[in-house]
Amino acid sequence: MDFTLILFIVLAVVAVLTAIGMLVSRSAVYAALFLVLNFATVAVLYLLLGAPFIAMAQVTVYAGAIMVLFLFVIMLLGAEKLPKGQVLPWQRPLAIALTVVLLAEAGFLLFQRLSITTALSNPEAALNTEGAVQAIGTMLFSQYLLPFEVTSVLLLVAMIGAIVLTKKEKGET
Amino acid sequence: MLPLTYYLVISAILFALGVLGVLIRRNPLIIFMSVELMLNAANLAFVAFSRAFNVLNGQIFVFFVMTVAAAEVAVGLALIVVIFRTKHSIDVDLMNSLKG
Repeated sequence: MDFTLILFIVLAVVAVLTAIGMLVSRSAVYAALFLVLNFATVAVLYLLLGAPFIAMAQVTVYAGAIMVLFLFVIMLLGAEKLPKGQVLPWQRPLAIALTVVLLAEAGFLLFQRLSITTALSNPEAALNTEGAVQAIGTMLFSQYLLPFEVTSVLLLVAMIGAIVLTKKEKGET
Repeated sequence: MLPLTYYLVISAILFALGVLGVLIRRNPLIIFMSVELMLNAANLAFVAFSRAFNVLNGQIFVFFVMTVAAAEVAVGLALIVVIFRTKHSIDVDLMNSLKG
């Protein structure tokens, strides 16, 4: 058995199980921690695909910044446990049915067209040669310079927006 | 030496789980986390295709998707905090003031 295949199967199982764990957790903190594990697993999948920069960006940005922000807000709002309120009785079966339909559609499309089963090249070669991080940097600053600059403006706007939204009005305690 | 289809199947499963999370859960924080799961599944598909066709454009796009997701999370969480401050609850079924 190919080592890559075994590794992929283990990672895929962990990713799907942690995603399901996030969905069924009653406590928001456990859900957030399951999602952190899911992001870390997907980061290792990126490494398997020969994308070291994206893998590290995933761990740093997604698992390290976004999920920490989520945990902060969960703690701030005390939303660990929600009381079970009124639930529409037909909502859950309908949601599960629709998700199964979506998965069936995706599976049908994926396995019908045999032309996209291209074998992936050796991941180790991609990691060592061509300096993947350098190549991404060169592309970011030459071909994708405009989106790069626009993204910086977007981050500035998001920062200002978050501050303005949560600012208390004058006279409000 | 794995075929591209394997990664796309995982991406589709994760995306469907994200959709399920958005439809089923009523805590907006968990709904938001399911949206991040969906974005992650799309990122995985991007990187898989980028490797299959041996170009870097998919990874560049994933870089931008991550940046936009981070900005969106910041603003979205600020909105949730403000809603909690006024309504003292974040159950999405109670957010029906716009109902006409």
